[in-house]
Amino acid sequence: MTSADIKLNAKIPAGPLAEKWESYKGHVPLVSANNKRRIDVIVVGTGLAGASAAASLGELGYNVKVFTFHDSPRRAHSIAAQGGINAAKNYRNDGDSVYRLFYDTIKGGDYRAREANVYRLAEVSVNIIDQCVAQGVPFAREYGGLLDNRSFGGTLVSRTFYARGQTGQQLLIGAYQALSRQVALGTVKLYNRHEMLDVVIVDGKCRGIIARNLLTGELERHGAHAVVLCSGGYSNVFYLSTNAMLTNVTAAWRAHRRGALFGNPCFTQIHPTCIPVSGDYQSKLTLMSESLRNDGRCWVPKDPADAKKHPNDIPEEARDYYLERRYPSFGNLVPRDIASRAAKAECDAGKGVGPTGLAVYLDFADAIRRYGRDTIAARYGNLFEMYEKITGDNPYEVPMRIYPAVHYTMGGLWVDYELMTTVPGLYAAGEANFSDHGANRLGASALMQGLADGYFVLPYTIGAYLSKEIRTGPIPTNTPEFERTEKEVADRIHRLMSIGGKESAESLHRRLGKIMWNKCGMARNAKGLQEAIREIRALREEFWTNLYVPGRSDEFNPELEKAWRVADFLELAELMCIDALHRNESCGGHFREEYQTADGEALRDDENYKYVAAWEWRGEDEQPVLHKEPLVYEEVEIAQRSYK
Amino acid sequence: MKLTLKIWRQGGKYKGEFVTYSLDNINEHMSFLEMLDVLNEQLIRQREEPIAFEHDCREGICGTCSLVINGRPHGPLKGTTTCQLHMRTFKDGETIVIEPFRAKAFPVIRDLVVDRSAFDRIIQAGGYISVNTGQAPEANSIPIEKEVASRAFDAAACIGCGACVAACPNASAMLFTAAKVSHLALLPQGQVERKRRVLRMVAQMDKEGFGRCSNVKACEAECPKEISVSNIARMNREYLFAAVASETIA
Repeated sequence: MTSADIKLNAKIPAGPLAEKWESYKGHVPLVSANNKRRIDVIVVGTGLAGASAAASLGELGYNVKVFTFHDSPRRAHSIAAQGGINAAKNYRNDGDSVYRLFYDTIKGGDYRAREANVYRLAEVSVNIIDQCVAQGVPFAREYGGLLDNRSFGGTLVSRTFYARGQTGQQLLIGAYQALSRQVALGTVKLYNRHEMLDVVIVDGKCRGIIARNLLTGELERHGAHAVVLCSGGYSNVFYLSTNAMLTNVTAAWRAHRRGALFGNPCFTQIHPTCIPVSGDYQSKLTLMSESLRNDGRCWVPKDPADAKKHPNDIPEEARDYYLERRYPSFGNLVPRDIASRAAKAECDAGKGVGPTGLAVYLDFADAIRRYGRDTIAARYGNLFEMYEKITGDNPYEVPMRIYPAVHYTMGGLWVDYELMTTVPGLYAAGEANFSDHGANRLGASALMQGLADGYFVLPYTIGAYLSKEIRTGPIPTNTPEFERTEKEVADRIHRLMSIGGKESAESLHRRLGKIMWNKCGMARNAKGLQEAIREIRALREEFWTNLYVPGRSDEFNPELEKAWRVADFLELAELMCIDALHRNESCGGHFREEYQTADGEALRDDENYKYVAAWEWRGEDEQPVLHKEPLVYEEVEIAQRSYK
Repeated sequence: MKLTLKIWRQGGKYKGEFVTYSLDNINEHMSFLEMLDVLNEQLIRQREEPIAFEHDCREGICGTCSLVINGRPHGPLKGTTTCQLHMRTFKDGETIVIEPFRAKAFPVIRDLVVDRSAFDRIIQAGGYISVNTGQAPEANSIPIEKEVASRAFDAAACIGCGACVAACPNASAMLFTAAKVSHLALLPQGQVERKRRVLRMVAQMDKEGFGRCSNVKACEAECPKEISVSNIARMNREYLFAAVASETIA
């Protein structure tokens, strides 16, 4: 495929926004039950999107194979989501509706998301809650036995459903159980401890994958009529992030190298409430749920001279509740990008607290006075405990210290309305795709999107493609395409094993993370990004000449797994910087220092950048090619985003 | 901090033995797994095989990390996974013994990594509510008493790490299985399959080679999510009821 052949077609159905999905569902071709039995679908990943997609496709009668590099599907990183899941149920009678959830998401994403996808997301959000309750997900309830809600950032209604501070865990266990049921019924075959290392393209269509059995090192060929990547986000390109340690970009990146365009790679989310970095040995950062901002108040001392004082010794009048001051209508519940930048601005002004000066306070004293300690404990008890375990401080008595950290990636594989990438037969769902959150994701929307894609979108849209595959027959894997792809994977493994240098993959990864955080993190500028690109190239060179991978490739070897993933991060990192450099505007999580308003807010350039940047891989050491999907807003009037 | 580590090594050149390592300059704010990262980085630099251990989220929720530390699954702190354990819990100069979770049903894969897929098969045997996507009634159509939902949640908080098995002298999986049986049996949605579920899950648990429960309660003491043994009592009652009170009359 060459650049000229790629025509981005988002396949947005015609008709009024509110009727598009209904109308699509009414017209999408169906696959009969006896034909579904003859169609094979591969799902890569078992987080919320992967587990829900695999289970739902299995229920429909497709032959599903699901792959996870973990020992069990239940380990996927969705499990760590804390705060909640949005749905436009309007149980609170506070004015919520599908339209408002849609509007909040578009605005929260700083007008860089596709209207039709977001509207559909808001529509199916209500079905997700029904589905999860039916599966036995123990959501929080009120005394009358009905479901409870709370507020999250960027909204003025209460539409977030939650299960204590473990909502992701409970939703994932629900999807995992639905998946387990299909495994028992034989409709889904589970391949645990298997990592997808490439996709196989036959005559321009995705026809399967090459997977490595992580216990034996054996490479396996798996053919299918369609492949669905639900492999999550790439925050770990920053090394330190709130993502689980093994989260990686490999599946998405290998697909990108085989022709799937990568959408908005520079759109990363920096979450404002994380436990600050404490030392060089640190392996990951821990998120403190956004729900804490419902009752916690962010502040720093007004006078930088007070920054080293004990917080309880700083009187009320000497504190600056900077979010409440700057954003009176949303206060502490501004969206994540805004809260993160505001914290950075205070620290940059010398008002940061704690030993490193890179932290602000999140204070619960008022809430404890108002509601009592027991109520606060019921709401956030597990989060307070987690904080105390890590820091040794008790947040009931001393304000928490928090600082922003990389948390989520809005960018991902470009997909059309049907969630298909630019490679026919290759789909991407959940965080792995770019589709719904624009330049900034609102809290409690990741869980919503993962489950929407897997339970309610993909099972319909995949039929549009598979209905044309009913005569194809089983996909043979003894073909030259499978052979060639497998050999390329084997060669790359051999190359990694035989460098014989001195540095571990981990140490090179740490260095990559530093470059990315300093130059492609919360604030970016052209000079820094250009430097970052040069530094990443040099680091990649060093990786391929000075890496050392212990052990053998034909055995269980976590160091080899890590090395492969870091090699992919080293390629992705450059693309992220190229994307950030080309986007001469600030929007959502992408903040270019050159483009800001007089009071430090993001300054969008709708005239020139109201599009999805979809990048095409042209080969190692080749410049990627930019394709643009213009964003058309028919329903929403574009405005400067204001939370004041 | 200075530490001496005695770590179980199995696979590669090791037949299954404790190997002793010394570490210096350990910061007390490091997590236990970060301490092992430091050791592995050191081993890689010396061109020795790093120690295989499992981990992922490092915030106590995914259930991937394991380890028996000084004889206790997930180490000495109550209600804490290994990844949430920090070195300030240990003394300078201490000798720490690190072993895998040991059980017949959890075969060792390498060093400290064991195969816990038996847990997945127990869930596959019946640890779910049979509801296909799209069939669900409106979420608020069945009110559930707050207290009941809360108890179901307490059971559902299990992270499937297997510490209960490692702690049990019989390597029993009763707490794990009972937590899932309880979670679903407490909720109105779980009633229809209640009997079948407990019978099948217990049968699978036995088939996997886990031992019987003899009320030692070490599982509860070591569970990082503090799942109560009262769930085992509930499962026993559920099992008895399901086994004795048959639906069919022959």
